[in-house]
Order: sequence, then C-alpha cells, then structure tokens
Amino acid sequence: MVAIPSRHKSLVLLAGVIVLQVLMLAVQIKRDSEGRLIRVWTVGAVSPFERAGSSGFGWVRNTWRHYFALQNTTRENEEIRRENDALKLQLSQLQGKAAEADRLAALLSFRQSHAEVPMIAARVIGVSMGTASRTIQLDRGERDGIRKDMGVITPDGVVGKVVETYPNEAQVLLLTDKDSGVGAMLADSRIQSPVGGQGEPLLVMKYVPNDDTVNLGERVITNGMDRIFPRDLPVGTVAEIKSGNPFKQIRIKPAANLERLEEVLVLQSMRPLETKTEESPADAKPSTPRVATPPPAVRR
Amino acid sequence: MNDAFDIRGESHIEVHKFRAGAIIIATLLALVIQSSFPIHFAKAAVLDLPLLVTIYFGLSRRNPSTGLLLGMFIGLLQDSLSGPRVPLGLYGIAKTIIGYLASSIGARLDTEHPAARFALTFAFFITHQGLIVITRRILLAQPEPWFNMHLIVAALVNALVAVFLFLLLDRLRKN
Repeated sequence: MVAIPSRHKSLVLLAGVIVLQVLMLAVQIKRDSEGRLIRVWTVGAVSPFERAGSSGFGWVRNTWRHYFALQNTTRENEEIRRENDALKLQLSQLQGKAAEADRLAALLSFRQSHAEVPMIAARVIGVSMGTASRTIQLDRGERDGIRKDMGVITPDGVVGKVVETYPNEAQVLLLTDKDSGVGAMLADSRIQSPVGGQGEPLLVMKYVPNDDTVNLGERVITNGMDRIFPRDLPVGTVAEIKSGNPFKQIRIKPAANLERLEEVLVLQSMRPLETKTEESPADAKPSTPRVATPPPAVRR
Repeated sequence: MNDAFDIRGESHIEVHKFRAGAIIIATLLALVIQSSFPIHFAKAAVLDLPLLVTIYFGLSRRNPSTGLLLGMFIGLLQDSLSGPRVPLGLYGIAKTIIGYLASSIGARLDTEHPAARFALTFAFFITHQGLIVITRRILLAQPEPWFNMHLIVAALVNALVAVFLFLLLDRLRKN
C-alpha cells in the first residue's frame, strides 16, 4: 500500500470530505431526498436553545428600546433618576408585554372572526441561517396538527407555506424565497397571475401581459387556485411596474411584514375566509377573473 | 479537541489551546444566535456567525485537518437548520474549505493583529460566498448572481464584527 506523506494527509482528508459531501448532494438531488433524519436530529437538538435564544433576545430588545434608549432623558436628579430608571425598566417590560398582548389580541381577534376555519397560532423561534433560503421556524409541529404544505398567514396577509414538519417544530418557506409562489390576482382588475419571491424584500408578479392595465398601489390577493391559501387573502400591493417582454415586470410589497414576524397563524384547511373588502357590493367586479396565461414550462 | 498538536515545520507559530468544551459551546452559541437574533433585529441577518467561528478556530488551532472537520461539522449543522430547500452539503462544502484554508494560513502567518484578522475575514467571507455560488451553479444548476454590492457590504460588516468577536473568543484560550 502506498504511504501518504504526512504533509499531504490533510489535503487527502480535505478531498475525501468534499467528495463525500458532493456525493451527498448528488444523492439528495437524484432521489429527491432531503436528509430528513439528520435534519430531525439537528432541529430537535438545537430548537430548545433557539426557543431560549428567541425569548432572551426579545427581552434584550425591549429593554434596549424602552430603557437604554430613553436613559439620556433622565439626568436631573440622581435619586429621581434611579427611581425613574427602575420604573422605566418595569415600564419597558410592561410595554414589551403590552406589545406582545396587542399582537396576540390581533391574532385572536382574527382567529375568532374566522372561528369556522381551523387554524393554529404559532410563535417564530428561528430564521434561516444565511442567504441560501428564506425560512422561519415555528414552535408548533406535527403534534399540534401542523402538516406539510399548510398555508401560513398573519392578520395582515400571506406569509408562506409549511415545507417541513418535526414533532414539535415546523419550517415555513417565506413568500420572499426564490422557490416560493402563491396563486394571486389583482383585486381591482381581477387579472390572475402567480406571485413569487426573488430572495429580496419585494415579490414579483410574473405573467401579466403588457397590454393589461395595472395601477401602482393596487391590492393583490390570493385566488385560491394553489390549493394552499383560500381566496381573497391579502398578498401585497403593487409597488413598481415596468414594461417587459412579453410580460410586465410587476413588483409587489408584501402585505405581511415578512422581515419581522413573531407570531403567525397556520391554516389547517382550504375553507374560504370571509375577508373584509373595502369596495361595496355594487362596485364589486365580476367574480370571474381574467386569467393571465403563464408561458409553457421550459425544461432545463 | 483541546490538545495542542505539532505543526510540521512551523514550530515558531504558537498553537492555541482552548478551555474544555469552548469550541462546542462557541459553535452552538453561534448557531443559536444566528437563528434567533434576526427575529428581533432584522439587519443582523447579514452576519454569518458560524463562518466567523469556523475562521477563528481555524486560524487559532492551526491544524488543517481539525480546521476542515470543524468547518464541515458547522456547515452541515447550518444546512440542517436552514430548511429542506438548502441541501445538506451546500454550506458544508464551503465551510470545509474555509476551515482548511484558515488553519493552513494560520499555520504560516501570525494572524493575531486586528488588521490581519479584518483582512482575512473579509477575504474568507467573499471566498465562502463564491464557493456557495459555485456549488449552486455547477452542482445544483441553480442560477445565482456572482457578485453584487450587498456582498461587499456584508463582507465588511462581518470583518468588522470578527475583529471584536475574535478578541472575545481569545478569552477562551488556556494560555
């Protein structure tokens, strides 16, 4: 057997480890396998720390915002300041709790106004690491009834869909991810077209022909055709329109604040939600929407 | 993982030992902070703490074999925690190579000066992103831009954070 010079051993190890990982990538692509077992173990091991980390950072943020940021305003008297600081600290904690209560109340109110639609409230305990994907991790999983491909929303609008579930956690692909998409339509003109992510804060509406009229600020809502989200949920508003070839380039500002999610609702059914619309029934546009046909799929 | 080892032909370079469990705890903390911090401070998503930990321990331990294995371990954990859209091996390959490069360079240069740490972290961050783009384009056939201004800004921010983070991590050294 040929002996490897000791100075080359690490190079051989490097080559071996990389080849192993390339093979692992190839297996995942070929078999469409996602290495589920490794992920279940890792998520199971790390998520308790993530929960603790998420709560800890939330406390630090509230303290920072409401205590340290206000500290300069109380310099008049040492005695009063100390007392004041103590009160502020107490206040900051109460404000943090009040803000959380407001958010939860909004979720609860939304939940109660759609009592007929089964949905679960969940807390965000983690976000994707790095820029390769845009996902969030929820503190609810299979044991709470969450399944793959369930829609995730906030009272403001669509957030994304569940892409992986674990016993006590679930991972949600945000609308802003490059692989994400939702069946949508323009609320006024009823033109239908999927809306997807680009890995950036704004979404893109893909297949609206140049000769169709679209207005800035127009609302975009779900059309219910993706079998994940019910009709008429807010997706966002038109933020930018450019002519393209052959379709318009329309960028959408998401209705939900996807950069700062703390609590969400997971839809457990496709039952339509009764959403409040601003237009009166008389002004309502015909319910049969116009469909912007996507181009034929191109195989890579 | 905390024993000193011999750097062949580079005995004038000091090899640093760390307190028991320091590497594991620092790695776990980096992963947890990376996952939880951006929920409350969205701009913090620009940081890549697992990469900074890989670079730091690579530069300090100065053994290419342990450097690349630590990089692989951290990278695969990051892949596992990034959801099913990120295949296992994407960050794994990139961080394996960075771990190897950092420990190889650490064995040849003195990397204790903050300016050297800033420059090296900047270069390693760009290289890391380049490796991810190469993996995505060539192995996964996913279109990915080679370069944008955000990359430079992110590299500068990470390099700056690294200077202070590395000073903090220096306190975990035994000697």
